[in-house]
Amino acid sequence: MPLITYREAIRHALSEEIERDPNVVVMGEEVAQFNGAYKVTEGMLAKYGPTRIVDTPISEAGFIGMGVGASMLGVRPVMELMFWSFYSVAFDQILNNAANVRYMSGGQINCPIVIRGPANGGTNVGATHSHTPENVLANHPGVKVVVPSTAYDAKGLLKTAIRDNDPVMFLENTILYGEKGEVPTEEYLIPLGKADVKRQGTDLTIVTYGRSVLHSLKAAEILEKEHGRSVEVVDLRTIRPLDIDTVLASVAKTHRVLIVEEQKPFASVGSQIAYMIQREAFDELDGPIHRLTTVDSPAIYSPPVEIEQLPNPNRVLKAALEALA
Amino acid sequence: MSNKTSASPTKQAAAPAAGTAQSHLAPINANLTPEAKIGLYRTMVRIRRFEERSLRAYQAKKIGGFLHLYIGQEAVAVGCCSLMGKHDHVITAYRDHGHAIAVGMDMKPLMAEVYGKVTGCSKGKGGSMHYFDPKRNFWGGHGIVGGQIPLGVGLAYGVKYKGHKGSAMAFMGDGAVNQGAVHESYNLAALWNLPVVFVIENNGYSMGTSQERSSAGFGLAERGRAYGMAWGVCNGHDLYDVRATMDKFLTLAREESKPSIVEIDTYRYRGHSVADPDKTYRTRDEIEDYQKNKDPITLFQKALLAEGILTEASVGEIDTEARAEAEQATEFAEASPFPTADDLQKDVYWEVDNPDQKTSQGRIFFDR
Ligand SMILES: Cc1ncc(C[n+]2csc(CCOP(=O)(O)OP(=O)(O)O)c2C)c(N)n1
Ligand SMILES: [Mg+2]
Repeated sequence: MPLITYREAIRHALSEEIERDPNVVVMGEEVAQFNGAYKVTEGMLAKYGPTRIVDTPISEAGFIGMGVGASMLGVRPVMELMFWSFYSVAFDQILNNAANVRYMSGGQINCPIVIRGPANGGTNVGATHSHTPENVLANHPGVKVVVPSTAYDAKGLLKTAIRDNDPVMFLENTILYGEKGEVPTEEYLIPLGKADVKRQGTDLTIVTYGRSVLHSLKAAEILEKEHGRSVEVVDLRTIRPLDIDTVLASVAKTHRVLIVEEQKPFASVGSQIAYMIQREAFDELDGPIHRLTTVDSPAIYSPPVEIEQLPNPNRVLKAALEALA
Repeated sequence: MSNKTSASPTKQAAAPAAGTAQSHLAPINANLTPEAKIGLYRTMVRIRRFEERSLRAYQAKKIGGFLHLYIGQEAVAVGCCSLMGKHDHVITAYRDHGHAIAVGMDMKPLMAEVYGKVTGCSKGKGGSMHYFDPKRNFWGGHGIVGGQIPLGVGLAYGVKYKGHKGSAMAFMGDGAVNQGAVHESYNLAALWNLPVVFVIENNGYSMGTSQERSSAGFGLAERGRAYGMAWGVCNGHDLYDVRATMDKFLTLAREESKPSIVEIDTYRYRGHSVADPDKTYRTRDEIEDYQKNKDPITLFQKALLAEGILTEASVGEIDTEARAEAEQATEFAEASPFPTADDLQKDVYWEVDNPDQKTSQGRIFFDR
């Protein structure tokens, strides 16, 4: 299988879906002439032209809302947010319109829109550009939320998201854009709501998603080599719908849980997962559920300190040892 | 206290498409058959009787939440929606009963909706502010002031993208014009030549704030100049003028794919919502002046009587029928069942509602 980057995987997904379905339009700030702020859409304007690859002004509420409206008529817009951090200025359009319009109309309308872009810290861009809103988004029934960690997952999940008839929030990661992974040349789709066990183990389950999967895998390797402990890493891949069954099956095997997430702790995705595990697998647990999150402050700029604010292999290792103790 | 001054909508520097006394001669009106004119009149009367009946239901504590009545503004929705063709779309805010009836929705599901009944147009899930009928190109019914306007631009984008000759009318109030999303929408529509007509229903007030106390600048539609957009104003008490003016801007949208802003001068007789005691921000005299001298139904009735199209007898008949229809709608609503708790999680996700086409796995609702 060819090795391609996460960025290329997303580009391939977009391109294949544009070629497959004439209703698919890619829109956002700098996606066309500039080739994408993070070069995800590089070369796509030249290939598909300005009707399919559309530069928007800096008006997130306006263009996201416009995409939602167009999706009600059957256009399938894939809207790029330069950073998911800017969701806050389009919040009303996403959560009052995209998420609610089906319900308020008694099921007469659906919004097949995808909103995608990077949502992560770790690049020293400070508090305004480092938000990870997957918990906030997933709190709203009506939307689906996807956070892929590898090139393979990103491509298969994005293609599914574009074909989905509900609004899908697709959260990428600027640090992962350059990560390479094996991606088959044949077409494939990954269903939403299906977790992936990225590493098998017997002593501890790490439940995680996004870039934290990579940190967890590194920590798991060290735990095996240096501590002789066997760690299972469950990558959720999709936050809503949520494959809790895979998590519970792993807990039934290891009886110990650490949740690792690039989230502020209060009412995070992990809070929900922890609640569900204790509610549905209480008797399987040999100890309290542990959790490693981003340190609870706005994102710091200072580069060496930001590394310590976020989950990283060392912090995961420490937290795993505590969970295993 | 700042009273709404009659006649001119806002302080217009220059009003390019201001209403004229000649509007009835515009071809779009002159070419109407007598039956069509009676139809327009009847729709206005039906809206008013529906609103009055729903108010009584509210006073009888049959209706929860908000109820924003359209009484006094009937000529706006009826005039605009009467111009709709196959690819013309409508979206508006929470004061949406008039538009719903004007696009042809039946009173029964509308009344049932405010009663919160499962037979309502939104199955009791939307309420008064959230009427929808996409089959009639009516896309709601939205509760966030100005939040529907980007959607309206999206409808226009969809019409254009699909290669249809059509338009979107995006309605808003005089208070909504100051929302950022509205200005973003203006810019997008003008930048991309989208076939949208932004329709400002200037009824003089946003809740208790007079239009003069909320908007800077000359006129509300005139802001279109800053975006290089066509704009116009018209007299929303005169159905003919609404049609003549809107026809011009809808044609611009359909034929040339150009957006525009139209400010329609109108007036609401009732409080902002039925919860508004309506005592602090305007005078009784002002309201009575509108009711006496500028009522859109009375004015159109007079015009049709003068044209020999309506008679005193047919006026009475239309009114009786409209009252009976509103009464029947109320009986229908009363007799209908409420949704059940089992309905709560239907109509949230398309995929959950279409299990035969489900592709995703995992848990999508989090009940415990
Ligand atoms: C974003 C937002 N802010 C405030 C409100 C509360 N609110 C509802 S209607 C309204 C007045 C709007 O007036 P206008 O746009 O003139 O419309 P009208 O009610 O006159 O039809 C206000 C302040 C709201 N629904 N949404
Ligand atoms: Mg108003």
